[in-house]
Amino acid sequence: MRLSISAFGAGLLFGIGLWLSGMANPRKVLDFLDVTGAWDASLLLVMGGAVAVTFFAFPPLLKIKSLKFPKEIDWRLVLGAAIFGLGWGLGGYCPGPALTALANLSAEAFVFVGAMVAGGLFAKIAGIPGPGR
Amino acid sequence: MNNFTPLASLAGGVLIGLAALWLLAVNGRIAGVSTILHGLVVQPSEDRAWRAAFVAGLVAAGFAWTLFASPNPPREGFSLGWAALAGLLVGYGTRLGSGCTSGHGVCGLGRRSLRSLVAVCVFMATGMIAVFISRHLLEIPS
Repeated sequence: MRLSISAFGAGLLFGIGLWLSGMANPRKVLDFLDVTGAWDASLLLVMGGAVAVTFFAFPPLLKIKSLKFPKEIDWRLVLGAAIFGLGWGLGGYCPGPALTALANLSAEAFVFVGAMVAGGLFAKIAGIPGPGR
Repeated sequence: MNNFTPLASLAGGVLIGLAALWLLAVNGRIAGVSTILHGLVVQPSEDRAWRAAFVAGLVAAGFAWTLFASPNPPREGFSLGWAALAGLLVGYGTRLGSGCTSGHGVCGLGRRSLRSLVAVCVFMATGMIAVFISRHLLEIPS
């Protein structure tokens, strides 16, 4: 129960960060990816701000947590990331912003999230291993 | 440059980093949203409770925020078919590649993982290609 309350709080803070940074707006995400258009560099600062925290805080923490991470850079990683990027650039949503953007109450967010779950289901049917963490 | 919001975006990014730090420090979990959602909905494991709580927090944040600020209106001319195709690609791709912008980006780069750095470079690149094709070649309003 305590762990669930903690996870709720972390999700809430994560979501507030997404809204404050403008990432719950798919247009703003696409404006970052639109390097040949009217480029908006904001996403770079979002990622920079987030990684500034994790880059220094994660390594000492991970030493005391027993988490295992895959290291191999294989075709699955590269192809998967490539397919994800295509969908991200087409829709302007990645999983976190899509979930918190449900509050926009726009049909596109609900359709996107439903299709995203279906895509995960296809992956499961195709025998891609499930989450380890 | 168009609608650049450096301060709000940097501050929001720091909050996202702190949220990932919180989940790792207290729950011992990686804040990778695609993996958390997959382990909740598609491939349920015995530890669904914290996943459900994290997703609930993420969704609740949106409703809390839109109590005080206006939500983002849907994009005119952006068809639901495109939204569905985009969602399928994101759902499948994040499973094949084991992560998204949060798992590989926020957390993976924080772990100084070369594997995650490769993933981030690849999805940024194909994301830019997809936008070039959809916005500039196909002229889909998005």
